[in-house]
Amino acid sequence: MKSWFRNAVFVVTLLLVLGGVAGRFVRRERFVAPEPVRDPGHAETSVRASASRVDAAFAAEWTRARVSPVPLASDLTWARRLSLALTGTVPSVEEIRAFEQVSPAQRTEWWVSHLLQDRRFSDYFAERLARIAVGVEGGPFIVYRRHRLVTWLGEQIHRNRPYDALVRELLTAEGLWTSRPQANFVTVTVDQNNEAEGPDEQKLAARVSRAFLGLRIDCVQCHDDMFGGPWKQRDFHQLAAFFACAEMSLTGVRDNAEKAYEYRYLKQKEKEVVTPRVPFNAGLLPAEGPLRQRLATWVTHRDNRAFARTLVNRTWALLFNRPLHKPIDEIPLDGPFHPAMEVLVDDVVANGFDLQRLIRVIATTEVFRRDSRNADPGHPVTPEQELQFAAFPLTRLRPDQVAGAILQSANLRTIDADSPVFVRVLRYLQQNDFVKRFGDIGEDEFDGFSGTIPQRLVMMNGELVRERTKEDLLMNASTRIGAVAPDDDVAVETAYLAVLTRRPTPAEKAHFVDRLRDNSGEDGKRSHRMGDLFWTLMNSTEFSWNH
Amino acid sequence: MEPLNHLPGGDGACRSFGHVSRRTLLRWGASAGLAWLTPVARLLAREAEAAPRGKPARSVIVLWMAGGPSQLESFDPHPGSAIAHGAKAIGTSLRGVRIGEALPQVADLLSDMTLIRSVVSKEADHERAVYNMKTGYRPSPTVVHPSVGAVVCHEGEDPGMDIPRHISILPDQWPARGGYFGAEYDAFQVQDPQGPIQDVSTEVPEARRQQRISDLTVVEDAFGRGRMPDLDRKATLHQLTMQRALKLMGSEQLAAFDVKQAPASQRAAYGDTPFGRGCLAALRLVEKGVRCVEVTLDGWDTHVNNHELQRKKLAVLDPAFAALIRDLKDRGLFESTIVLCGGEFGRTPKLNPFEGRDHWPYGFTVAMAGGGIRRGYVHGATDPEGENREPKDAVRVQDLHATLLQGMGINPEKEIRTPVGRPLALSDGVVIDRLLRG
Repeated sequence: MKSWFRNAVFVVTLLLVLGGVAGRFVRRERFVAPEPVRDPGHAETSVRASASRVDAAFAAEWTRARVSPVPLASDLTWARRLSLALTGTVPSVEEIRAFEQVSPAQRTEWWVSHLLQDRRFSDYFAERLARIAVGVEGGPFIVYRRHRLVTWLGEQIHRNRPYDALVRELLTAEGLWTSRPQANFVTVTVDQNNEAEGPDEQKLAARVSRAFLGLRIDCVQCHDDMFGGPWKQRDFHQLAAFFACAEMSLTGVRDNAEKAYEYRYLKQKEKEVVTPRVPFNAGLLPAEGPLRQRLATWVTHRDNRAFARTLVNRTWALLFNRPLHKPIDEIPLDGPFHPAMEVLVDDVVANGFDLQRLIRVIATTEVFRRDSRNADPGHPVTPEQELQFAAFPLTRLRPDQVAGAILQSANLRTIDADSPVFVRVLRYLQQNDFVKRFGDIGEDEFDGFSGTIPQRLVMMNGELVRERTKEDLLMNASTRIGAVAPDDDVAVETAYLAVLTRRPTPAEKAHFVDRLRDNSGEDGKRSHRMGDLFWTLMNSTEFSWNH
Repeated sequence: MEPLNHLPGGDGACRSFGHVSRRTLLRWGASAGLAWLTPVARLLAREAEAAPRGKPARSVIVLWMAGGPSQLESFDPHPGSAIAHGAKAIGTSLRGVRIGEALPQVADLLSDMTLIRSVVSKEADHERAVYNMKTGYRPSPTVVHPSVGAVVCHEGEDPGMDIPRHISILPDQWPARGGYFGAEYDAFQVQDPQGPIQDVSTEVPEARRQQRISDLTVVEDAFGRGRMPDLDRKATLHQLTMQRALKLMGSEQLAAFDVKQAPASQRAAYGDTPFGRGCLAALRLVEKGVRCVEVTLDGWDTHVNNHELQRKKLAVLDPAFAALIRDLKDRGLFESTIVLCGGEFGRTPKLNPFEGRDHWPYGFTVAMAGGGIRRGYVHGATDPEGENREPKDAVRVQDLHATLLQGMGINPEKEIRTPVGRPLALSDGVVIDRLLRG
């Protein structure tokens, strides 16, 4: 590297850091004012009505299955769930304070709106959608820009673009992977070593069937279904044939109607030209038009309920960390489904595939608000209650959520788009490094993966937890709380709010207040005691689980 | 799953009579009692006797050449031919066999090894080819397959081990994974073993560490109220995993990672490189009972200036590989350990305009040694003109896996019920008997 360039980079970085540090001292405490009290508007009433229908469907199902629901969880438990689901982090102490100033009747609406408007939500959801649409692999070196696609998805989600329109763009995009980020959905399948081949029809068909139809038609790629399913090998290849027209050119992806898809079926001697056909609901397929557009219209058709069901199931999974229908990408076309699935599908279709509204409806249900434990310790939650969502299912947080939670816990303020640049850059780097050490779970985010010894080692001894709990008045909440809290009670309580989004039980408070008062020994420093408290809370089961 | 459930005519999954293993038939026969008297059974029994004798290997060391090493400058030179582009070869301890001139120490040990010069795959993209080589399966959207080390750990039990049994030293971006066996079978990743390994020691004083952990009880008690009484054992496994992590942190077996404890002369033999130290650590770990160690040597992707870059990498590989084989033999571990050296694919016979070689999955070399692997054998041959994409005696990647598993005493055809509910064989390749000791 040229030395003048290195110097320039150094100076710019230094300025950014100094500016950021100055900003932290200069800026007044930000106050997130609750929105003014107003009558619930039509949209809000409608969301509540839909949520009630979902609740009614669950209530009927619980009666049928003879399970009783546990009581509702506290507001803070609910707020933590929603924050983890929509932004991948726990709420900041700053947010908790603002949340608690809103009157209880308005908290639900306020908190959901607060999170949906936040860029953290669109960025975080964009990454989740990208995993569904293109997976996590690096993809072909030159013609694939995953980051561009994620940014584009984030923009669409932020503007609340209807989900069906978004998917149609992915399926039909033409142009360069750089200037038309949607085209990356197609270019990720290009075989780098066989550029003449262009995009891979089979990979595209597999993606479409899993990501947008909730079907595993790709299982019949090589032979007819042998496990009693309805699919034939032809179903898959006829679906793939819709992508035959997509080819690579100097101007990126483009359609060439001349191109055909050929395949040699099992037990056949010769390859044959495969005619594009959809595997079901053929009446919804437009008769005319370019192949990919016909397919996109069919996939996202409002009467193609497989599409809406897949959206509902995936969104449900992102909120509960567990899909409504398992496996997430194998929803039978003719049921049986959970009755709530059909209620939500009707709702999402009637409201033009409004993703944000769907999230609002699910977040507003009582099902999403059920506690994950029983109030009566004599009758602990049963697996059957969890299975029926009569108790909120206890699930392990994903690695990105654990990283997000550590980073946010160590800051009293929300780390968001308004944070100083260096805080955000640091967050990005530390998060990536942590997820790498902790183990990324890739595409299958809801498979009930197991916790590992390396994960516990990273939490106990790893750099991130060490850095974020050590004595550091500028960067770490543990030190700051210890220094500014008026008394030990408040210090312990604030630490609990920051890390576990709840207040300590009387027994916990008594225990840790005692620990703070004990300043004996060489390590009697208060900042160490506070760091130890943070460490303990971060290493608890509660911290690493969605509950 | 027991093989008996999978007799022909079972659940109808893609299975023909030819897929049934000899072992399955033997068990079938055994369960049929009198069937032993039939001539067929006698024939099968005789064949079973011809199977590798002695104890199967218990550990495997994978020397992973990330990026795709060139077979032409290493184990499969064609000196004097046009495709050699001037690369020279030297004689080895195996008569009539020559390898690249940059591997003199390995050349001396070739009579202990098997070279498979005819490995073929269908993957020429790094990410997909790495997956293919490490798992023996091509990437699939339905299921993530386990790497060979995960299979070996899954099929063996080691109650006395405090340290992980599956380790990746100097991992690149795609270290060995547990796949459908779960993340607990992922390779434990460590960097250059010249320093302390990451995340196993705490920086706070012991008294504080103890206090932090004992304080956890208070928080765990609060969380447990109203939940299943045996929540940790049945659902979260959080505290159990933590206890095992603490046991690891305090284990004397950790010393195996610390190559500084080895004599200076031994360290020198492996070469003063991270990879050399990684190989030495692999030896020490296998000695402690670790099942699989993967040591990565990166930088083989020589699209530009192939000869010089390959030479540099070979200079790192040669002393480390040779010292590892010598030490395994000296310590009586050679019979119980299989060493495999290879990358995701080979490189093109023709040089490109930048004097580089590109990706070539149509005939590349994997070197194997130890355990039940044949000694002093070269399998297959590539075309000296570099035109033919079908080498003689081609070995598919899955066959390599099936053979390796067989050498580890694991039945490659054993079926596992994967999380998606589909039964899947540990390997769908064919065991190549010629690679194993008769």
